[in-house]
Amino acid sequence: MTTAVAAGTGTATGASLTRRHGRWEFWGRVMVVPYLLIFLVFVVYPVCYGLWLARHPQSYVHLVEDPIFFRSVVNTVIFLVVAINIKMIAALVLSGFFVKTRWWIKIVAAIFILPWAMPSIPTILSVRFMLNPEWGVINSTIFRLTGADGPNWLNDPTLALCFAMLMHVWKSLPFWTLILVAGRLAIPAEQYEAASVDGATSWQKFKFISWPALKTLYLTSTILSMIWTLGDFNSVYLLTGGGPADLTHVLATLGIRYLRLDQVDLSMASIVVAMPLVLPLVYFMMKRLSK
Amino acid sequence: MSKKTWTLKNVTTEAKLLLIGIPVLLWTLIPVYHMVLFAISPKDSATSGKLWPDHPTLANFSTVFQQKHFYLNHFWVQLGNSLFIAVAVGVLTLFVATTAAFAISRLRVPGGRTVMNMALFTYFIPAAFLAVPMYKTMGNYGLLNSQWALILAMVTIASPYCIWVLKQASDKLPYELDEAARMDGASPLQLFRLVYLPLMVPSLVAVGTYALLLAWNEYLYAFLLLSNDQQITLAVALGNFLAADDSPWELLMATGLIYALPPAAIYYAFKRYMVGGLTAGAVKS
Repeated sequence: MTTAVAAGTGTATGASLTRRHGRWEFWGRVMVVPYLLIFLVFVVYPVCYGLWLARHPQSYVHLVEDPIFFRSVVNTVIFLVVAINIKMIAALVLSGFFVKTRWWIKIVAAIFILPWAMPSIPTILSVRFMLNPEWGVINSTIFRLTGADGPNWLNDPTLALCFAMLMHVWKSLPFWTLILVAGRLAIPAEQYEAASVDGATSWQKFKFISWPALKTLYLTSTILSMIWTLGDFNSVYLLTGGGPADLTHVLATLGIRYLRLDQVDLSMASIVVAMPLVLPLVYFMMKRLSK
Repeated sequence: MSKKTWTLKNVTTEAKLLLIGIPVLLWTLIPVYHMVLFAISPKDSATSGKLWPDHPTLANFSTVFQQKHFYLNHFWVQLGNSLFIAVAVGVLTLFVATTAAFAISRLRVPGGRTVMNMALFTYFIPAAFLAVPMYKTMGNYGLLNSQWALILAMVTIASPYCIWVLKQASDKLPYELDEAARMDGASPLQLFRLVYLPLMVPSLVAVGTYALLLAWNEYLYAFLLLSNDQQITLAVALGNFLAADDSPWELLMATGLIYALPPAAIYYAFKRYMVGGLTAGAVKS
C-alpha cells in the first residue's frame, strides 16, 4: 500500500488515480450509511437507553428479591443444559441417518424440515391444544382407553417446562441436523471405504472418522444454539405463558413479563443480568466468524 | 455392491434405518397433522380424538375467509398487514444489506471491518433481549402502533445476518472484475448495478427470502409494537385467540394453517438457494 502511494504521488496519472480513488472511497462511505443509520438509531440508542433505564442499584435488589427471577434463572439453565444437549445429540445421530442414500430417506428429509419451514405460532398452539386437560387429544385418548382423567399437563411446572423444551427441540432440530448433514457430506467418502476394507465397525467409523471431522462444527453449533435458545421466547411464552403461577418463565420471557406489569426498570435489569451469560458466547462466536 | 442382495446383514441395516425413520416421521408430523385435523373438522367433532373426521369439511376456512367470527373480524386486513410488512422488510433489508456488503467487500471502505463486527454483534444478541429496549425506543420516537416501528425493527434484526452472508459471497467474486471495470472508467454505481448485482442474484434471493420469512413469522416484536386490531399482523391475531378459554380452536387452526402455508411454500420453493446460501453461512467450521 505505502509503496503504491509513494510511487503514484508526483505524477499526473497518480493525481488522477488518487482523485478516482477518492471517489470510490466516497461511494464506499455513502453506501454503508444506510446500515450505520439503522445501527445507531435502532441498536446503539436502544441499548444505551436500556442501560440508562437499568441504572438504579435498587432495581437489582428488587429483582433478586423476586422469587420468580431466581426460578427463571434456574429454568434458563435447565433449558440450556437439557434441551440443547438433547437437540444436538439427536441432530448428530439423525445427520448420520440422513446422509444414507435411499429414496425414502429423501422424502423423510423433505418432511423433516417442516417444523423449521413453518412459523412457530400455529404449531405451538396446536401442541398447546393437544395438551389441554379437558378437550385435548391426549387426555381424551387416555380417557377413552382407561376411563381415567389424564394429568393436567401444563399445570405442573416441571411437566410444562419439559413440554416447552420439547417444543423448542421440535422446532430447531431440523436446522441443526441440516448443518451437521452438510458437515458429514464434506468428509471424503474414501475414508469410510478404507475403514470398511479394514473391517471397522460403524461405531469405530464414527469415533475415528466422523467425530474428529465434525467436532469443531458441533462445538460451534452448540454455542450458537445456546445463544438462540437463550432468546427463545415463543416456545415458552406461547405454550405455557410462563405459567402455572409464573414458574416456567425463562430469562427471555421474564423481561416481557415485567414490561407487561409496567415494571420497566426490573425488565431492563433482568436483561442486564442475563448479559454475563450472553456476552461470552457472543464473543466466542464473533471471534470464530471473523477469522 | 451394484446388485442389492437380500443378505441378513442388509435386511437388518434397512430395518435399523426404518426404526429411525418412522419415529422421526411421527415426531415431525404429529403437531402439524393435529393442526390440519382441527382445521377440517366440524366444530363439535374436532375434539373426538379420531384419526380422521367422519365428515371432513372446509367450512372452517369459509368462516375464516368470510370473517364470520369475533376473532376474525379483520382477517383480510391482518393478512394484508403481514404481507405488507414482510415485503417491506424484505425490500428494505435487501437495500441496506446489499449496499453495506458492497461497500465493505468491494469498495473496501475504511472501517468496513468494524461495521461488519457491529453487524455480527447485533446478529448474535438474541432478539428477545433487544425487544424491551426496542419497545421503549419506539415509544420515544413516537412510532408505537405504527407498522413502521415493526418494519424498522425487523430490518434491524434481519440485516446483520444478510450483510454477513452477502459479504461472504461477494468476497468470492474475483477482484479483477472490479479492476477491469475501473480501468474502463466505470463509476462505483455502474460497477454495483451492472457487474455486482447480476452476479449476486442467488445470494440476494436467499437473503431477501430470509428477511421476508423472518418478518412474516415474527410474533414477539409484532405483539409488542402493534396493538390496534386494524394494524396487527396475522401472527398477533393468532396469539390473541388465547385471550379466552372458549376460543374456537377449529377456526384458530384453520387460520394458523392459512398463515403457515405461504412461508412453508416459499421455503420449499427456494430451498435450493436457502440451503446453499444460509446453512453454509450460518456456521463456519
